Amino acid sequence: MSASERLAEGFPDLSRLPVAAQLHWRRWLTAALILVVLAAIGRAFANGQIEWSYVGRFLTVPVILKGISNTMIMAVLAMALGIFLGVVIAVMRLSSNPVLKTVAAGYTWLFRGTPLILQLLLWFNIALVFPTIGIPGIWSGRAVDIMTPFLSALLGLGINQGAYTSEVMRAGILSVDAGQYEAAQAIGMGRLQALRRIIFPQAMRVVTPPLSNEFIGMVKATSLASVIQYPEVLHSAENIYYANSRVIELLIVAGLWYLLVVSILTPLQMLLERRFSRGTLPSVR
Amino acid sequence: MSKPLVAIRSVSKNFGEFQALKQVSLDVHAGEVLCLIGASGSGKTTLLRCVNQLTPADSGGVWLDGELQGVREQNGRLHRLSERQVAKQRLKTGMVFQRFNLFPHKTALDNIVEGPVQVQGRPRKEVIAEAMELLRRVGLAEKADNYPSQLSGGQQQRVAIARALAMKPMLMLFDEPTSALDPELVGEVLAVMKELAKSGMTMMVVTHELGFAREVADRVVYMDHGVIVESGSAADVLGSPREARTQAFLSAVIR
Ligand SMILES: Nc1ncnc2c1ncn2[C@@H]1O[C@H](COP(=O)(O)OP(=O)(O)OP(=O)(O)O)[C@@H](O)[C@H]1O
Ligand SMILES: [Mg+2]
Repeated sequence: MSASERLAEGFPDLSRLPVAAQLHWRRWLTAALILVVLAAIGRAFANGQIEWSYVGRFLTVPVILKGISNTMIMAVLAMALGIFLGVVIAVMRLSSNPVLKTVAAGYTWLFRGTPLILQLLLWFNIALVFPTIGIPGIWSGRAVDIMTPFLSALLGLGINQGAYTSEVMRAGILSVDAGQYEAAQAIGMGRLQALRRIIFPQAMRVVTPPLSNEFIGMVKATSLASVIQYPEVLHSAENIYYANSRVIELLIVAGLWYLLVVSILTPLQMLLERRFSRGTLPSVR
Repeated sequence: MSKPLVAIRSVSKNFGEFQALKQVSLDVHAGEVLCLIGASGSGKTTLLRCVNQLTPADSGGVWLDGELQGVREQNGRLHRLSERQVAKQRLKTGMVFQRFNLFPHKTALDNIVEGPVQVQGRPRKEVIAEAMELLRRVGLAEKADNYPSQLSGGQQQRVAIARALAMKPMLMLFDEPTSALDPELVGEVLAVMKELAKSGMTMMVVTHELGFAREVADRVVYMDHGVIVESGSAADVLGSPREARTQAFLSAVIR
């Protein structure tokens, strides 16, 4: 456009005018409404039959601290078992061997198809089916001694988790371009090596958000192990309120601990995601 | 005549009902550059992949360096080799893909180092030195620490060539290495391939770059509907094709 070209009249130059701040009155209104509702709920609880001093007093008693540490130990170990089984089952499911495929599909079918609490009870009571367990000729023991609450909870939670994790892992593996596997083969990698070195590291980026979700679910699912006497935090809270009848106060104590743990996990997930997004552009991330 | 490095004999491949390769036979001699041309769907990629067993043939045989690939003959029957044995045979070939297929979670250097260290178990330090030398050779020494997503298509393909060369293959397979590239990036990849050809590497190249074929190929093979229609020197096949189908293809491509 030449400098001398004339522009049409009637369109004033707005470039000098400042932009006024927006009022956002709708946001203020909704915020005010929510505050009113929260205040009402808070008042109800403050005036309700809750002794808040008990909540404060029991929040850090040794039994509760031991309980939350047992909760975390169980969540981490059962999740580790779940991820290990999930990877194995996912790889079996994607193999070309029909036997492995069927076994993997059967595993997922069985453990996703029954309630977790039922599985926990079955593991805990396995002595009713097999009074002694062991490896014939090498070692054996009484099932009641071996199937402690800890081991029953670990097996129940971990094996159940494996069924869900395998589907997450399978989706992750399938999300990696088939060309990646071919490129790995072309430099002489076998199937497992290609999975380990090339496919899994890329799948991790996809599976981290759903796996973090699963882990948060696992932290809370450990509370089911209270039915088989595993001393996690809810079980500890229950034991205390059986003695002092402060039911709601101790349930709030347990609830606060779950909230705290889950709040810590969210930034950890962010760290993991950043770790596994190596090589992807910020815009793609 | 000396023994060919690659001998393909009566290789057929079906995908369901569809015959992608029909009794194809072909020799490639050491040091030779062979260009495969032909219409889309004529079976060029399939033939290339039969050589390194990414696609095992249904029947027929491929010999590389005198060794039958993918199968073993015993008592008048062919037995498929185990995955491990096939992976071992693949060490003699390098492959460059149309869409590069670099490992996106590894830097350019780590892409090249991966095979020699993880597959061949060679010492990392020695391999890194070689990989840097290869990056220099393809003109990308300063991009060693870049991830594939930070490289242009032409640069990615040159890294992919270096990655294949790092395994010290005796045969390089190229499947349309420039057809996913913007036109201005084709030249830099072809230049690397020309240099490689000049260094004496045996190459099988599927390409639509007839200029490259004319300049570099010792032999050009024209394929159509799963058969080799015509094969000969670049000057003969591209300059004065004997077969009507080759003539029709060339006049369609050149226009
Ligand atoms: N995995 C497969 N499943 C089914 N059909 C296939 C498969 N791979 C190739 N084909 C078919 O085999 C024929 C030959 O394919 P091929 O990829 O070898 O052709 P091409 O000559 O390389 O073509 P292009 O120039 O388009 O790459 C095509 O018709 C294709 O549709
Ligand atoms: Mg092709």
